Amino acid sequence: MIVRRWCVASLAAILLCSVTARAQIPLIADSSSPLVEINAGFVGTDVLVFGAKEGPGDVIVTVRGPLATYSVRRKQRVAGVWLNADRVDFRDVPSFYAVASSRPLDKVMTPAAQAREQIGIDHLGLEPAEQTDVAERDAFTAAFIRIKQHAGLFGSEVGSVRVLADRLFRTEIHLPSNVPTGKYDVEVMLVRGEEITAQTVHLEVSKGGRGADVYEFAHEQSAAYGLIAILGALLAGWAAHLVFRKI
Amino acid sequence: MQIYLPIAEISLNILLLLGIGTAVGFLSGMFGVGGGFLLTPVLIFIGVPPPIAVATQANQVVGSSVSGLLAHWSRDNVDFKMGSVLLAGGFIGSTVGVVLFGILKRIGQIDLVINFAYVILLTGVGALMLFESLRAILRMRWRAGMPRKLHQHTWVHGLPLKMRFRRSRLYISALLPLGLGFVIGVLSAIMGVGGAFLMVPAMIYLLGMPTRIVVGTSLFQTIFVTANVTFLQAVQNQTVDVFLAFLLLIGGVIGAQVGGRVGARLPAEQLRVLLAALVLLLGIRLAFELVATPAELYTITVSGGAP
Repeated sequence: MIVRRWCVASLAAILLCSVTARAQIPLIADSSSPLVEINAGFVGTDVLVFGAKEGPGDVIVTVRGPLATYSVRRKQRVAGVWLNADRVDFRDVPSFYAVASSRPLDKVMTPAAQAREQIGIDHLGLEPAEQTDVAERDAFTAAFIRIKQHAGLFGSEVGSVRVLADRLFRTEIHLPSNVPTGKYDVEVMLVRGEEITAQTVHLEVSKGGRGADVYEFAHEQSAAYGLIAILGALLAGWAAHLVFRKI
Repeated sequence: MQIYLPIAEISLNILLLLGIGTAVGFLSGMFGVGGGFLLTPVLIFIGVPPPIAVATQANQVVGSSVSGLLAHWSRDNVDFKMGSVLLAGGFIGSTVGVVLFGILKRIGQIDLVINFAYVILLTGVGALMLFESLRAILRMRWRAGMPRKLHQHTWVHGLPLKMRFRRSRLYISALLPLGLGFVIGVLSAIMGVGGAFLMVPAMIYLLGMPTRIVVGTSLFQTIFVTANVTFLQAVQNQTVDVFLAFLLLIGGVIGAQVGGRVGARLPAEQLRVLLAALVLLLGIRLAFELVATPAELYTITVSGGAP
């Protein structure tokens, strides 16, 4: 509720800004919150991206998660049992990717322009780190995209950007519960034929609350974490003994 | 009610986790088995990554073994000398096991090895239990059981480094419990189990220990070996999820107490047949997964950068 009210206020402010600064700023955008916190009850969230544009043109919003290197492995049957055999690595791939557009992408941009601006899953520049033949590369790339889409981390469809009075726009990007942590780039583009104006809004997804502390502690002070885990289990077992001896 | 598990990095239902802990605890209390070998496959089934399931399970076993040991200790059913020798072997075995675990994880074969180990274990233990309890039932019916020899001399008694274990009334080579502890330690690291299902029969049949003190002594060594596994997994692989372990532990200790009380009032042998069948089925199901063509041939893992 508070978020919504705040959004309405921001929208009004942006509108006011764009009215006063008419000719100078063709595009202005923001997101509902610069920080998404993954706490103990996190089940995914929607991030609202909104703004105002000046004059005609289509709006495309892309969200890119932090870059990572992925190993894709393919199972093969060996002596009747399926086990991981071939492996292809992909370097510097966004761990999350979603795109939304005010009209179907192909009507907004030519395929060549989409490739140049790296818009759409087919244009993410997925290249195997090692030399691989074409058929293999395509199979591994397709598998990578399929698994990412299945996990909800690559948008399988182009979302819709709603435009109000050819001036205000908004779209919601869904971040699922398994969303990777790190810095996200939300790129908002105003496309007017060949002319593209873009603005990037940053978004940080981080573990919050107890979960973040536990994760950080487990990775940075792993010896102390291990000892505490053992001590906790010992105490719990002892407490159980005391409780149930009486009953 | 969902809870986000910070190490496993997934959200799971709290009630589901408590329920699983209670159900497995109930079975383990009823049948006197540790339950780790049932819990790990169930965790993997609900979506916990196998390395996390195994390491967290080891942590949970520490807690559930403590309450068991304290109960046996109060009845003086623990041979600490035997336990310590087993433990020495267990420490070496579990350390080797965790290193092996890390290597397998790096080359992408850990899931396969965990699954494979479980297939062999579950089908083996299930078949043995089924066979044993069916035989016991038949023997009870016909009352024609042959009296078992109290002490048999085998190759086992020819080994060097003999040691006297007063509490167990044994004079045997220290290499035996040391070797047994080592094997259980490796299994404990790779599968996250306490290993009682293997340890208890080996102590009775291989070492020739009196049945009365077997469970307490095995629990004594289990605590330290699983504690060692928990520590090493936490340091080397960061795969111990304390939230998950704690939830399972709460359900587990309550379930074990209730199961123990219920089990005492039910016909044990008939129940054992049921458990054996359940274990065997679980093993066959896992075996089927290894040989059946998977729906998705590819898997992805992050090998650098953000998670």
